[in-house]
Amino acid sequence: MNLNATLIAQLVVFFILGWFTMKYVWPPIVKALDERSAKIAEGLAAADKAKADLALAEKKAVEELRKAREEAAQLRAAADKQIAKLMEEARAEAARLIAQAREAAEQEARAAVERIKDDLREEVARLAVAGAERILRREIDAKAHAELLANLKQELV
Amino acid sequence: MTASAHGPTASEYVVHHLTHLNTLGGPQKHIVDFSVLNLDTLFYSIVLGVLTVYLLYRAAKKATSGVPTRFQAAVEILVEMVADQAKGVIHSAESRKFVAPLGLTVFLWILFMNTMDLLPVDLLPRIWEGVYAAMGGDPHHAYMRVVPTADVNATLGMSIGVLLICLYYNVKIKGFGGWLHELFTAPFGSHPVLYPINFLMQIIEFLAKTLSHGLRLFGNMYAGELIFILIALLGGTATVLGFVGHVLAGTAWAIFHILIIVLQAFIFMMLTLVYVGQAHEGH
Repeated sequence: MNLNATLIAQLVVFFILGWFTMKYVWPPIVKALDERSAKIAEGLAAADKAKADLALAEKKAVEELRKAREEAAQLRAAADKQIAKLMEEARAEAARLIAQAREAAEQEARAAVERIKDDLREEVARLAVAGAERILRREIDAKAHAELLANLKQELV
Repeated sequence: MTASAHGPTASEYVVHHLTHLNTLGGPQKHIVDFSVLNLDTLFYSIVLGVLTVYLLYRAAKKATSGVPTRFQAAVEILVEMVADQAKGVIHSAESRKFVAPLGLTVFLWILFMNTMDLLPVDLLPRIWEGVYAAMGGDPHHAYMRVVPTADVNATLGMSIGVLLICLYYNVKIKGFGGWLHELFTAPFGSHPVLYPINFLMQIIEFLAKTLSHGLRLFGNMYAGELIFILIALLGGTATVLGFVGHVLAGTAWAIFHILIIVLQAFIFMMLTLVYVGQAHEGH
């Protein structure tokens, strides 16, 4: 090991290399590293936010679904009620119509009975008169005894 | 190894491998001689330094905040590692703007220089011998050491660089007066009797830091290189035992050396950051 001027030359080279690195190498690399760190931090933050947003959206969707289901149930209940009401009304209308028809039929039947009774009365009166005529052909004057016959007919009612 | 008919002895081989290609053209005579330059150390350290900053520069130019390529990601891992370490020991963001990039460069650069140790010890020196002979030189004097960090000049050069940065930040943060005050009053306290002792301690501290910083790296890489040379000598015996020993020992040492290469580069970088961080703090 001998000391010589190589030492000084090496010293100069040492400073030149250090200066070069300081000037042209270190700043761009450190800048790139810092920028990348910032980018990654940004990306991670964005991912976190997206995750939070997704969770929120899922919650919202579940809520909406629940609401829709509730609404549908409500609608169905209302519809059921409406149907029941309509059925009730229809049934009442039908009952009313049936009652009306029955009423009309009974009235008609009663009128018919009345008519038949009237006819029968007339017939009986005629038969009675005819019978009496046959029996009393000679003695009874239809004209003289018309009042009597009318009274008789009245009594047969 | 140069196994010619007049092959070198083991000692010649080792000495040849540990001699620098310098401006003298032969071994340096004096321990300290500032008229000499080690050309091989300078060549490899500058080539690898340029390669380091070129790779970093390419990564920096293409750096985007989008999806990184593998190369970009690798550089970014290094940048993040150094930036994190720097943040831990240097609390001034302003100082980190220079010291952290320096730490990154120093780490990669030393890593590359250390990795030269993993090349076969004779590969590049042998090529140089051929080139040198072709240029009309004597191949026996074709010296070449390929691991710049196994040269004490390179490691001390860098550690003195760190020392200068520390002195700069001492003055910058504490002011020249403040720093002088600290030199004489820390670590033992402010009392006229303690001034010389404090000053002596501070000087010893700076010296010890700088020397240990440079010599630790140098020692590790020098020892590693030497062991590779010795393992190559084992293979150079051209016996079955030597060959098997070379393969086994070479493999084991190379694998272990991967750890040392990275560890020493990391230690040098960390100590650079720590020393500069200490320059920011008052005692």
